Amino acid sequence: MDCVVTGGNVKVLAKAIHSLSRIGDELYVEPQEDGLPLRSVNSSRSAYACFLFAPLFFSRYTITSEEAFRCKIAIKSVQAVFRSLASLEKTVEKCHIELDRKKNRITFTLYCKHGLLKTHNLSFQDSESLQAVFDKDSYANVFRAQPRLLVDTVVHFPPSLEEVTVAVSDDRMWFRNHVDDEAELSKAMLTELCLASDEFDHFAVRAHSSVTFCLKELRGLLVFAESTGLPISMYFDEPGSPVVLSVTDSVLEGNFVLATLSDDPNHRKNNTRRAHTPPPPPPDDFMNDDIDSYLIAMDTSMAPGPSATGPPTPPLAEPTYSKQPVAASHRTRIHSEEEEEEEEDEPADSDGPPNKKFCSLFFGSVLPPSSQMSTQPVKSQVVLASDSEDDTQAE
Amino acid sequence: MPLSTQSQADDEQYVLVASLDNARNLSNILKAITFKDHAIFNATPNGLKVTVEDSKCLQANAFIQAEIFQEFTIKEDLVGFQVNLTVLLDCLNIFGGSSVPGVSTALRMCYGGYGFPLTLFLEEGGVVTVCKINTQEPDEPIDFEFCSTNVTNKVILQSESLKEPFSELDMTSEVLQITMSPSQPYFRLSTFGNSGNAHYDYPKDSDMMELFQCTKTQTNRYKMSLLKPSTKALALSCKVSVRTDSRGFLSLQYLVRNDDGQICFVEYYCCPDEEVE
Repeated sequence: MDCVVTGGNVKVLAKAIHSLSRIGDELYVEPQEDGLPLRSVNSSRSAYACFLFAPLFFSRYTITSEEAFRCKIAIKSVQAVFRSLASLEKTVEKCHIELDRKKNRITFTLYCKHGLLKTHNLSFQDSESLQAVFDKDSYANVFRAQPRLLVDTVVHFPPSLEEVTVAVSDDRMWFRNHVDDEAELSKAMLTELCLASDEFDHFAVRAHSSVTFCLKELRGLLVFAESTGLPISMYFDEPGSPVVLSVTDSVLEGNFVLATLSDDPNHRKNNTRRAHTPPPPPPDDFMNDDIDSYLIAMDTSMAPGPSATGPPTPPLAEPTYSKQPVAASHRTRIHSEEEEEEEEDEPADSDGPPNKKFCSLFFGSVLPPSSQMSTQPVKSQVVLASDSEDDTQAE
Repeated sequence: MPLSTQSQADDEQYVLVASLDNARNLSNILKAITFKDHAIFNATPNGLKVTVEDSKCLQANAFIQAEIFQEFTIKEDLVGFQVNLTVLLDCLNIFGGSSVPGVSTALRMCYGGYGFPLTLFLEEGGVVTVCKINTQEPDEPIDFEFCSTNVTNKVILQSESLKEPFSELDMTSEVLQITMSPSQPYFRLSTFGNSGNAHYDYPKDSDMMELFQCTKTQTNRYKMSLLKPSTKALALSCKVSVRTDSRGFLSLQYLVRNDDGQICFVEYYCCPDEEVE
């Protein structure tokens, strides 16, 4: 791969990288004919972000026609190339990115003012493919707003706030901080903001629902959107299903996919059609904040029945899949290979360690369908890493 | 000014008296070499030279000529002593050090000779503070034997162009490698850190390059920990000259303009970590 970024786009690239650094520690690079995607995922796999740069973003974009190449680099190293964002615009005229497969390194060369040349040779590691699969068109609720609106909303929450809850009705959206049910009520402070639909560029609600997700990860996108001035689109429907936020323009597309807390697991949804409006979720009942694992809807039928495993094991350790046929019908939109999930039937009053972790996700590795049949041990594929939830018998 | 009410008779006891209307003209330049606690002061009729050394491999010198001082009286050819530089800077900034325009701390620095403390009279807004700092016998500054005749490569750059790269240097790299050559890459700073290496190249025809005199290709490595403190001097300076001699010793000379536009010099000498040709 050999590409050149010039002028103001250097800063856009740098901001995208800084944005991705808010998600995970590694930058996944997978140059393709239709563009350069830069991706990152957090360690618990509950947040994923991808910036796809179209070939037109670059003043030159060439990739070798060899087989698909992908790698990952420590994101801090790439950030070091683009330090001092403020002066990037003024000092950097162009940035040349070149891949050297023999030496296992990516070279970033910045051509700066006064003839100064900054060359960074960063070593990379081979990596598995990383790609979340989601379909924006099938989400029940779609919104679009100027970044200013969301930035101004989010500023009211303290930087330490982990999770935020977004609820919608036909013409309003509420942002509320998510208070841990374990928090001391005397010290808890609830902040809620209400936004009217006319503050948005687009506001389409088909399901009144409320979702809770991690705010910190969202902030990364907000910083990017604000600096580029691109409107942010937001997609979500029921709790448990990830929320997708994206920014698009003619030469780039950024998508942030964040897991959401799911509802009371007893609240079953047996329909597979996303378009159905699920019944309005119960008012936020903090006692029921159990997080279901995401289920993988697989094309193939896998190992039978509910898993009888005891404590959940990380998928990587298990060569077989466990699926519940009923559960398999959930969330047909989210599919991936080689994952294992379990529907858990937590007691309503969750004692023991709270399962506050977001479930991780919904990644697909991008193997051709034939490999779905295999029950090969999970090797270097991205899988859902289940969290250490208390495991009880699934349905 | 209260300081001048000091009776002339008192002055008889001092071998060195130096006065500044604005103590920042001294404190700012001393900050550029404060990476160790102790500094060797050597005063001659030409002015004041303050030396700080590190592990016998690095030496920084700050030169403040006699002309910079409003008063500079010295009774001997050479007056030398050693003081704790951190303490001295704290005293010079005793009035808070905030730069409100028009308000400055006046300084009268007096030294009675061997065994006497360094006495500082500081005044701001009518308030006078007297500080007495213990002195020690001065160590002999290392002579790096760096002479101009032995210089193989020399460049003079505008500090502006070096400031950003220096502040961005990969600190996970143990060394800073400097390559100077009459051919490509002309002048190159390199680091070798955890994630890879980085190179900063300055072409000889850059408009930031004021002088380019390189006779042979030389690559030398210097410990990053030793050179990093020079960033302070770089930040204060407007020009810097980089010279290496046949042994690979490095000389960095910084031209610093003080608050009143007067010129002072700071220089750093550093031994190479290893010879790499």
